Amino acid sequence: MTQTPLTTENLSVTYTGDREIEAVKGISIGFPANRLTTIIGPSGCGKSTLLKSLNRLHEIQPNVKITGDVLLSGNSVYNTDEPTPEIRKQIGYVPQTPTALPVSIYENVAYGLRIHGDYESKTDLDEKVETYLRKVNLWEEVQDRLNAPGAELSTGQIQRLCVARSLAVEPDILLCDEVTSALDPISAESVEETLEELKSEYTIILVTHSMAQARRLADEVVFLYLGEVVEANNVQSFFENPQKERTKHFIGGPTPVESDSSTKLTAATSPTADGGENMFTGAGESSSSEEQ
Amino acid sequence: MNRYTKQRLFGIAVRAAALLVVSVMLLVVSVTLARGGRVLLADPAIVATPPGSRYMLEGNGGFLHAVLGSLFIVGPATILSMVLAVSTATYLQSDYSSQRFSESVNMFLNVLWGTPPIVYGVFVLTIIIALGAQTSLFFGIIAIAIFQYPIMTRYTDEALRAAPDTVRESTYGLGATRFESACMTVRAAAPGVIAGLIMGFARGIGDAATVLFTTGRSTRMPGGLFDAATTLPVLIFDQAMSFNPEVRSHAYAASFVLTVVVLGLIFISKILAGRYARYTPGG
Amino acid sequence: MSADTERLFQRARLNHLGKRLLTERLSSYWLTAAGYLAIALFAAITLLLFYRSLPILSEYSLAAMLTSANWDPAQNSFGFLPAIVGTIYVTLLSMVMGIPIAIGAAVYIAEYAEGRIKTILASFIDVLAAIPSVIFGLVALIVVVPFIGTYVAPLFGAGTAGVGIFTVSLVMAIVVTPFMISLSVESLESLPDELRETSLGVGATKFETIRSVLLRAAGPGIFSAILLGFGRVFGATIVPALLIGGQTQLPDSLFSTGQTLPTLIVNDFGELMSLPLTQSALIFVGLMLVVVVWLFNFGAMLFRRRLQRRWQYS
Repeated sequence: MTQTPLTTENLSVTYTGDREIEAVKGISIGFPANRLTTIIGPSGCGKSTLLKSLNRLHEIQPNVKITGDVLLSGNSVYNTDEPTPEIRKQIGYVPQTPTALPVSIYENVAYGLRIHGDYESKTDLDEKVETYLRKVNLWEEVQDRLNAPGAELSTGQIQRLCVARSLAVEPDILLCDEVTSALDPISAESVEETLEELKSEYTIILVTHSMAQARRLADEVVFLYLGEVVEANNVQSFFENPQKERTKHFIGGPTPVESDSSTKLTAATSPTADGGENMFTGAGESSSSEEQ
Repeated sequence: MNRYTKQRLFGIAVRAAALLVVSVMLLVVSVTLARGGRVLLADPAIVATPPGSRYMLEGNGGFLHAVLGSLFIVGPATILSMVLAVSTATYLQSDYSSQRFSESVNMFLNVLWGTPPIVYGVFVLTIIIALGAQTSLFFGIIAIAIFQYPIMTRYTDEALRAAPDTVRESTYGLGATRFESACMTVRAAAPGVIAGLIMGFARGIGDAATVLFTTGRSTRMPGGLFDAATTLPVLIFDQAMSFNPEVRSHAYAASFVLTVVVLGLIFISKILAGRYARYTPGG
Repeated sequence: MSADTERLFQRARLNHLGKRLLTERLSSYWLTAAGYLAIALFAAITLLLFYRSLPILSEYSLAAMLTSANWDPAQNSFGFLPAIVGTIYVTLLSMVMGIPIAIGAAVYIAEYAEGRIKTILASFIDVLAAIPSVIFGLVALIVVVPFIGTYVAPLFGAGTAGVGIFTVSLVMAIVVTPFMISLSVESLESLPDELRETSLGVGATKFETIRSVLLRAAGPGIFSAILLGFGRVFGATIVPALLIGGQTQLPDSLFSTGQTLPTLIVNDFGELMSLPLTQSALIFVGLMLVVVVWLFNFGAMLFRRRLQRRWQYS
């Protein structure tokens, strides 16, 4: 297993259309194995764009141009004969909006397995569904109603269902796009717990706009600003010893990282609070007017 | 006349208009149900009895041939039309075609929707003549399918567009192919698609102008796919013009059946849309 | 999993993937064909009807046929004028009767009715819009025809049994009104509340708001609704066939019997199947119908775009 199974090589993403906007500008970074890397930065800095470009998800929209490359264990993602469905199987993506597919809970998890044909028999499929529902701590809650529509679950449960669904196809890399942003604090907490438990088994890349969440979950942090990587480091060094001026400005000065990341959430540290702690001097997260 | 008088008059006028519409409609429906109901109560079997040998002239027997004709024509036509409609609508989504293309096709579909059904009848008739074939059940199916197609495609297209885009993102994120993702989107749009299907079926069942020229207006039980047949609306049309009062009374009965079926279909479509809504993402 | 089993699994998966990609490719062909189907259908109808009209068009001059009032296929006389006049009378009269009522009722439902009444009313109208026209025709035979024959026609000094152009127009107005109401209500409901608030906020009455603001804003949608209603009346077959009386001369009053273009086809269907020239003539009628309706539709789309620009609101 390579140390950085996923790397980018001078990756650029440009939105064409009415105006040309280069959202990601020539990024070359690596994402370490079995770690949770968060990508943080102010809104509109290209975080989600970067994430989606890692598994060619931009190709489902028109008007996107991509140059450069992404390498999965040394193999090119963009310049390859391998069909895109296979690539996305290895690099899975969980969207921000919790979306249950319009089928039962069981079938939601089984969906990936069915399309890829990754099971031998019905019993095998049953087992796999149970395994992945257990992995996201959902099994106890839904085992009696596997045939109920997925859409009937609460938002937090749906998001965990989405994670289970993505895990079921056994990706090497899991891309999570602000997966707790649409959730209330309690649901977000359960999703975060899940990610925490999974991070030693999978390579997870999480886009988040919450610094507190980054501090809680991340092993590695990548700070993106206007489509460029400003700083990337392990979480301790990043927050306690930021190197660049912009980083310092963004996180509001060096702060100790909590060593025990399973602390109970309080209102002040809830992931959806927009930087409620008094860590932000000057501009808030959503307005970058004072950013240099 | 000051402003407020105008206002009051206007209020009265619109209320009157609505009242007029409602009363006329109630009149139509009640006359149909009352007259037809009376005939059916007296002789309910006519719905299930084949017509006698001189049915249109003497009214012996019943109109089972038309009931079956309607089923055997509109049923397959709806299925055929639905398959084509869903396929077309899927192609019009962003995964398969450009926005310009889908706008032009939708324009054509709107025009086809507004085309008088008699045109479709004449069109299929022209084909029949060109092929040297006979009017039959088969061509009735084709004609009705062509008639239903624009309606169902527009409904399905609207439904697919209304489906949340996150379903697409999720399926692609799991490594689905374009076709697999489209299938899931169709499922997500199920209520709208089903509503379109029912609407198409209801309009197909009620249409006479398309089948008037294409099925042969037969007065016997439908024999096979290439035999002549007739449907309930055409039957009612023929019965209404008959000189025989017995036959005319059958027209009321057939109208009763037709009205009940159409009203029932709409009712079912509203319920089904509700049931499938449980499964749709977002409520 | 041992290396061997893993390899087997991988190969099986590869086959599965192969199948999926094949499905993707084949479905893509099918869907593309389906995507072009509407255009193909449109073209096929136009071409085929035109092609089959050629015999009659090459035999007689178009102008002569359109202005001759003598329709007698058995004598090779193809004068479409009575049918054309009949169609125009019926369409105009129905629209004149139906449009004000439809708009009025739609305004009532969208702007005045509330709560349960509104939902019930709206659903009622939606449902009724789907009732087959043959049923309206039948009820008309029982109710309208005697009524017109006994009461209305004598008022206007016409002696008629109750069938005729006026009867057909009245019934057709009834047939298309629910449909026009449905679409107009949709248009009005889709207007944002801010529009109403803005107008009422400067002290306009409800009537003035509706007249000057809402009807303009919903204008394009209502226009489309009316246009679709027009199409239905213009091409109506069953109701006229039942109620118009089938006379082949020019109608001299609104209460006389007559023909419409569709009823020509219905009535002379028998000859259509046996006499080739009649066949072509009647197919030509179909072509005329479709060309008129399509021209109106396309023209209306352009006009609607102009209306939208003129009456746009932010």
